[in-house]
Amino acid sequence: MSEPEESWWDVDAGPIVRSFARTGGRTRPSRDEVDLITLIVASSPDTARPGLEPEHIVILRMCTGAPLSVAEIAARLGMTVTVTKVLLGDLLDMRAIRTRAPVELAEAPDIHLLQAVLDGIRRL
Amino acid sequence: MEFAGFEPNPGSGDLPTAVKILIAGGFGAGKTTMVGAVSEISPLKTEETITATSEGVDNLSGVEEKNTTTVAMDFGRITISRDLVVYLFGTPGQNRFWFMWDELALGALGAIVLADTRRLEDSFPAVDYFEHRGTSFIVAVNRFHGTCDFNAEEVRYALDLDARVPVVMCDARSRESSKFALITLVEHTMTSQMSAIR
Ligand SMILES: Nc1nc2c(ncn2[C@@H]2O[C@H](COP(=O)(O)OP(=O)(O)OP(=O)(O)O)[C@@H](O)[C@H]2O)c(=O)[nH]1
Ligand SMILES: [Mg+2]
Repeated sequence: MSEPEESWWDVDAGPIVRSFARTGGRTRPSRDEVDLITLIVASSPDTARPGLEPEHIVILRMCTGAPLSVAEIAARLGMTVTVTKVLLGDLLDMRAIRTRAPVELAEAPDIHLLQAVLDGIRRL
Repeated sequence: MEFAGFEPNPGSGDLPTAVKILIAGGFGAGKTTMVGAVSEISPLKTEETITATSEGVDNLSGVEEKNTTTVAMDFGRITISRDLVVYLFGTPGQNRFWFMWDELALGALGAIVLADTRRLEDSFPAVDYFEHRGTSFIVAVNRFHGTCDFNAEEVRYALDLDARVPVVMCDARSRESSKFALITLVEHTMTSQMSAIR
């Protein structure tokens, strides 16, 4: 493929600049910030994108429709969490998935959210 | 644009909020059993391969260790609503994998430490870890024989627990009993957070 941003590549800053260009300069979670329970959903049901490896396509099919956590994707792929995170990082770079990071309850107390969890467990 | 087919500015507001609760305790304390008792899916397993160069294994003193080890954690899910999903993680039984615990504990709502009264000391490391980290936790005493060797106060004393940490009796095989332990944990977390705000 010959996307314009390929010309941004240079030896020193190549991948960073390219990934910056691909995301239009928006910040997004880096691979390290993808948590076990970060939720993942495919941006589009279309898996006919250049650059997708078979594992990427399996992940995109899994996450079309209902979102899945990183842990669930790893368990279903039968791959380690580390390998799964790398594959998800590729998909993020390609903007083929969207993510939602978990709320950090320990760091940011949210009584309403806790109440919703409590009510939900009581209803089980 | 070459990004046709993808949203120009994807948000994440339509994805549910995910919350994490840990089920800890020594070997065979009933962690997987409790995850399975309340999860809507049968417990799944994720694995992490650790090489000898990882931090966790470096700390081993004088123990001959093969180059790679696999740490398994099992987990389950409770979908509370379209907007909210709770994941329950059984922590790895091997206490030496603290760095795995760090990822699990980060941002967690709290933890249930399962204690087996035949081997109470097996729950010391988990209690120490959550106390040290400031993670909200409760202790659930898993009664294996129905023989009540200890009551809640004796367990509290033996584990040297803060008076505010709830201790409940439970049977991890029972959905109702496991639900009760979870409810106690969430209430405890709410109480601690509200008193912290004041
Ligand atoms: N009687 C009784 N048996 C239990 C209870 N909870 C678990 N068990 C049994 O104890 C055994 C160990 O339970 P697990 O849930 O596998 O324990 P675990 O903590 O996941 O064990 P590891 O992952 O190996 O550390 C199983 O055979 C369970 O059926 C309980 O509350 N009462
Ligand atoms: Mg287990």
